[in-house]
Amino acid sequence: MSDAQSIERTPTGINGFDQVALGGLPAGRSTLVTGSTGSGKTVFAVEFLARGVTQFDDPAVFVTFEETPADIRRNSATLGFAIEQWEAADKWAFVDASESIAEEAVVVGTYDFGALAARIDHAVRQVGAKRVSIDSLDAIFTRYPDNSVVRHQLFRLAATLEPLGVTSLLTAERTSEYDGVSRYGVEEFAVDNVVTLRNVLVDGNRRRTVEVVKFRGCPHRTGEWLFTIDPQDGVVVIPLAFLTPREHAATTRVSSGNAELDEMCGGGWYQDAIVLLTGPTGAGKTLTSLQFAAAGAAGGERCLLYSFDENREQLVRNAAGWGIDLDALQTSGLVSVICDYPEVASLEDHFLRVRRAIEEFTPVRLVIDTLSSLERIATPPALLDFVLALAGVLRHYEITALLTSATAGRTTPTIATEIASLADVTIILRYVEQAGEIARAIAVLQTRGSAHDPSVRRVTIDADGLHISDRWSHVALDPTEPTLTWTASSRQPPR
Amino acid sequence: MAAEAIVFVFRLFVAGQSERSQAAEANLRALCDDHLAGRYKLEVIDTVQRPDLAEVERILATPMVVRLAPLPPRRVIGDLSHHRRAAAALGIPIPGDPPSERTTP
Repeated sequence: MSDAQSIERTPTGINGFDQVALGGLPAGRSTLVTGSTGSGKTVFAVEFLARGVTQFDDPAVFVTFEETPADIRRNSATLGFAIEQWEAADKWAFVDASESIAEEAVVVGTYDFGALAARIDHAVRQVGAKRVSIDSLDAIFTRYPDNSVVRHQLFRLAATLEPLGVTSLLTAERTSEYDGVSRYGVEEFAVDNVVTLRNVLVDGNRRRTVEVVKFRGCPHRTGEWLFTIDPQDGVVVIPLAFLTPREHAATTRVSSGNAELDEMCGGGWYQDAIVLLTGPTGAGKTLTSLQFAAAGAAGGERCLLYSFDENREQLVRNAAGWGIDLDALQTSGLVSVICDYPEVASLEDHFLRVRRAIEEFTPVRLVIDTLSSLERIATPPALLDFVLALAGVLRHYEITALLTSATAGRTTPTIATEIASLADVTIILRYVEQAGEIARAIAVLQTRGSAHDPSVRRVTIDADGLHISDRWSHVALDPTEPTLTWTASSRQPPR
Repeated sequence: MAAEAIVFVFRLFVAGQSERSQAAEANLRALCDDHLAGRYKLEVIDTVQRPDLAEVERILATPMVVRLAPLPPRRVIGDLSHHRRAAAALGIPIPGDPPSERTTP
């Protein structure tokens, strides 16, 4: 079509989906949403209508072939969708086409779905619907003989939706995640627009993704996007939902909590900086995190400390060992400590938890210690998505963030590099083997928008915390070096 | 015979005045006139005119004939173009087609 540019969109209102779809579903047309069992088709179909009612005041018709309206009302109530009230207010109507044993019928001769079309038409006019969801087409195939007849009749049904001027969403089941499109070949009549939901097991982790397979005549983002089904927020597509360009860059600097480190970074970190601190276990990551939090609290700033490694008691004890009274900081209300084990939730759910904690506590500083612990529950690309999504939230609220990462993780160098490329400041802590002694060293690899001290410096840790002393020559610096230690030797690195 | 006194009540749902709708009605009337003369009632409902009734009866496919009496209710979908099968599905006795309780030798 020559006027492809002019195809309007109906924003779904589904968290993050419209960013992937570049505006929403093609308006006035049908979109097929396919997915395997449990991929979230029904939730998607319900949300498309519910968000329409709540955000755009679009009345809706839900045609259900599978679940009963009572089930849908009950399941949706947990997401805060008051379908019953909307029905009473003529904002929502069900066309109940769910199966009932009492209504089984014998087929003699040819038939069509004329009565169903009449019912949908009636419901659409009754509430003045702008959106229609039909869930799911497969259920109807199992009830009537001869799939080709059913398919043809559904094609005609879909065609009757168009003159009604509604944007419709039809769901259909897929038997496998990556072959074909749907079980009964229903895409034959909805070829224009197809969205696929997937729920696959990757390295023992459930991974839900959404992909816009095609929108005829409409641009959209490609590829699979992670999403989760949150008990409160429903479908949340990550990371684009929150990836907004930085509106402006902060010029104010804040202290890391360590004067020498501030100096190495050119005078502290920019207020909107995302700082990545990598280093092996015991090198001083948690200590640096605590000092960063304590410095914020000392200046009256709220700091959210998220630990994926230690429980609260361990953290309080360790802090005390370095002269930081974490209990007092928490009591002051300026520091909030959240300890969560990575295994208690999926990566997407962790993201939502962190986001919710940020929205509730409204911190100025955030620590995540350690980011790499999440590798236990996620693949490296998924972790990158997590960081991308988090960066969006952090930049939106202009939070100074310190993310720590263990170097011994299974993160591939490429992913580490990509995560580092998102960070504004990259700092590494390492062990240094020297004359029968293990010492610690620190180096700043990059500080975006600022000069920094490129030298490797010696680090000592005592009851007062972490101290950075003079420049340390003869230490070979290789940031991509996967081992835990650098060697201080006479061998100078080739420069 | 007691069976002769039984009155059959049918409700035929169609969608618009399509050929299929007309065929279904004609087939059903022919069946009834041939085998239930004088003891049947037939009401035809166009779901396009009365979508509310289609909603109440939860009808998707048309034509659909619902046998309201005798009980239990029976539902048959289609244009009823095959008379013998339609009669069997609706429980209309046809001579030469013995009821199921009798066995043919």
